[in-house]
Amino acid sequence: MSSDLGTASVVATPTQPASYQSQSTLAHIIYVLRDNPVTLIAFIMLSVLVVCALFGHWIAPYDPLATDSSSILQPPSSQHWFGTDNVGRDVFSRVLVATRLDLQISIMAVSLSFVIGATLGAIAGYWGGWIDIVLSRFLDTIMAFPLFVLAMGIVAALGNTVENIIYATAIINIPFYARLIRAEVNLRRDSGFAVAAKLSGNSDLRVLVQHIFPNTLPPVMVQVSLNLGWAILNAAGLSFIGLGVRPPTPEWGIMVAEGANFIVSGEWWMAVFPGLALMFAVFTFNLLGDGLRDIVDPRKRK
Amino acid sequence: MVDLLTIKNLAVDFQTRNGTVNAVRDVSVCVKRSQKIGIVGESGSGKSVSAFAIMRLLDSGGKVTAGEVSYNGIDLRRCSEKEMRDIRGRDISMVFQNPRAALNPIRTVGKQLVDVLHQHSLASRQNARHKAIEALAAVKINDPKSCFSRYPFELSGGMCQRVVIALALACNPRLLIADEPTTGLDITTQRSVMELIDELITARQMSAIFITHDLALAAQYCDHIIVMKDGEIVESGEPESLFGSPQHAYTKKLVSATPRPGVELRDLLPPTLSGEPLAKMSVVVPSNKPLLEVKELSKEFNTKGSAFVAVNKLSFTIHENESVGLVGESGCGKSTTSSMLMRLLDSTSGQVIFNGSDLFNTGLREFSKDKRRASLQMIFQDAGESLNPRHNAATLIREPLSHLTNLSRKEIKTRILELADLVGLPHSLLSRFPHQLSGGQMARVGIARAIAVNPRLLILDEPTAALDVSIQAVVLNLLADLRHQLQISYLFVSHDLRVIDLMCDRVLVMRGGEIVEQGGVNQILNDPQHPYTKELLAAAPAPPVKNDSVEKFRQEESDLLALNTVGF
Repeated sequence: MSSDLGTASVVATPTQPASYQSQSTLAHIIYVLRDNPVTLIAFIMLSVLVVCALFGHWIAPYDPLATDSSSILQPPSSQHWFGTDNVGRDVFSRVLVATRLDLQISIMAVSLSFVIGATLGAIAGYWGGWIDIVLSRFLDTIMAFPLFVLAMGIVAALGNTVENIIYATAIINIPFYARLIRAEVNLRRDSGFAVAAKLSGNSDLRVLVQHIFPNTLPPVMVQVSLNLGWAILNAAGLSFIGLGVRPPTPEWGIMVAEGANFIVSGEWWMAVFPGLALMFAVFTFNLLGDGLRDIVDPRKRK
Repeated sequence: MVDLLTIKNLAVDFQTRNGTVNAVRDVSVCVKRSQKIGIVGESGSGKSVSAFAIMRLLDSGGKVTAGEVSYNGIDLRRCSEKEMRDIRGRDISMVFQNPRAALNPIRTVGKQLVDVLHQHSLASRQNARHKAIEALAAVKINDPKSCFSRYPFELSGGMCQRVVIALALACNPRLLIADEPTTGLDITTQRSVMELIDELITARQMSAIFITHDLALAAQYCDHIIVMKDGEIVESGEPESLFGSPQHAYTKKLVSATPRPGVELRDLLPPTLSGEPLAKMSVVVPSNKPLLEVKELSKEFNTKGSAFVAVNKLSFTIHENESVGLVGESGCGKSTTSSMLMRLLDSTSGQVIFNGSDLFNTGLREFSKDKRRASLQMIFQDAGESLNPRHNAATLIREPLSHLTNLSRKEIKTRILELADLVGLPHSLLSRFPHQLSGGQMARVGIARAIAVNPRLLILDEPTAALDVSIQAVVLNLLADLRHQLQISYLFVSHDLRVIDLMCDRVLVMRGGEIVEQGGVNQILNDPQHPYTKELLAAAPAPPVKNDSVEKFRQEESDLLALNTVGF
């Protein structure tokens, strides 16, 4: 604390030993991972998912769509790790290849709802007044619907495609982001650093976008992460009831739906393995939240 | 006198991310019956941690690693948690710094008192209400019956602190530990709260430990004072001898850094390492040319149909190169006034002429593009809160330069280094984020940012209120030097008249949105006319020493001085 000593013109400022260097972002990520084993596990699980999503097509031992009438409904074995389904397709390959589609749907849906929700929430939180009232009541209206039923309605109305699943999932998530960001922005609207930014010649819009909004990110990251898991479940749920992704495309939700018919007759592997994959993905995103928050929070830096 | 509480060689460690921190080392204190002990020290000195250790209320990371704490013959370190619960409140009780945080916001004041009485089986269902009202009456709350059924948010800060005191004293404890009981309260409220505590503990023959950063306050109300630094006791003794002839270098530094009548800014600083006299403070002569003229400025806020007049027909002038003090307690309208002068808030009526042109002729939204934006800047009360936590020091100082000047990237870079030199911020700290800087360093970043665009008028909103006294001394000197070097006018908002005395040429005293008195700083401080000004002056705790004794130890041995400077 030697720098607290001298006044510039009175006492020469003692030079600080340059022992301190601000951490780089990468060093900070490594620090966060080391500090919390749960976060480390979550990131390892995430990288497994990402590898499956990117390289699933190459890793898969069989063509996920190729049927084989000679080996239908085989239980798990060394040849077919997760067994085969009713038309002889390899379940392991199908679970693996499905990762990409499921992650795509959830990430795109969450990004879309984050962007729209954040914009609406930030505007409502910063300017308040009638804009806030109108936006908030509109979002309350969306939340008043049973959300899954709303998503079903949207997909049914717009048409049975993957894009429409993404839109439906995004729309039902917008209110959560908008509310969270509205509250966080509102909290910081009159904070010292926002006033200081105005004094530095920033317009209202710039104060909001460059100064207040980035500070709301840490809590929002937790929401994003939980939401990714939730969006996967939602997409799988829609596929399960026959909306959205259509067979024979490999997708966890459809695979669970198809396998469900065979559980009663003892062929459990068709539904259980895609179900476990779904669980693994949701669990990963649930664990990831705190780690993501720590990474985007500069105050956690040493 | 018999010992009530004995602490021997207490040590407390905290486990943190950066390893173990020895928060308290080898602290021994002895509190006798009816004795009032003051523990004085700056932030991080371990004074509060010691108190929490006595009560066994340390955070999960903290642990008492050595020492003995015995109260009235009971070993507090070995008591069971159940025994401890009985002792807390009934034998030893505490008053905390922030009364609003100490009270449960969703329970009425009366219910909280009744809870405490029930907890210690001191009241039955029938007489609990009566006893609680008695306890409220004891702390001189007007109309204790109606206060009984009120919620904390309905009470003022001073009233809340009275309720907290009533809670602490409800069970007639033998020892009261008050941790910064009046920090955050207005100066006149501070006086009445301290007088009340003092009166009650004397009447009940209790012992007390006051923890405070305010030397003058401790000297006024305690029999025995302990000075702590970095977890250790550096000196202890009677207030008169301790402050009259301090022995330890740190105590000397604390005493000399406390603003008091008759000293100049330079006297607050510790002597230089080499022992050379400090450069003389240049005398700034304000010109007669007005820079800012405020005419009948008013502001009304409309809340739920009723209008509240925050500022009422304010008129004053700030001349070029002049430093004007604005004194008043919370809610007097000083913040509203500074917001209006900074063009962050519209006025209801009135006129502000800045450098010959009407400030209000440009709309609030367009003002960020106005040429005069750079001329009006501000230094905030809480430097930490005014710095964007996502920006490092260099980015923070760059902010006004990149928006309000036409400098090139390279010129901005040079200017940032120049500003860092000007405010005494080492260049190596420019890459740090606010949370990695100390309080004094954050204050320097805030000052560098404010002066970056060569403002003509700087509003300083209690710039040192959150700082330790030794850092305050340095920052005040820095501000005074900058005013001379850069020819800026200051509007210095503060509640501390001693600081105003050191920093200003003229003073405005504000109350209830109006200026009740204004004049030269000497005239106001030595010969106040308005009863409110007199009240404010009387409420400030008497400084512990006379000036001549300070002069004496300023000339003492220089080997101690080396210690002095390295420490901070």
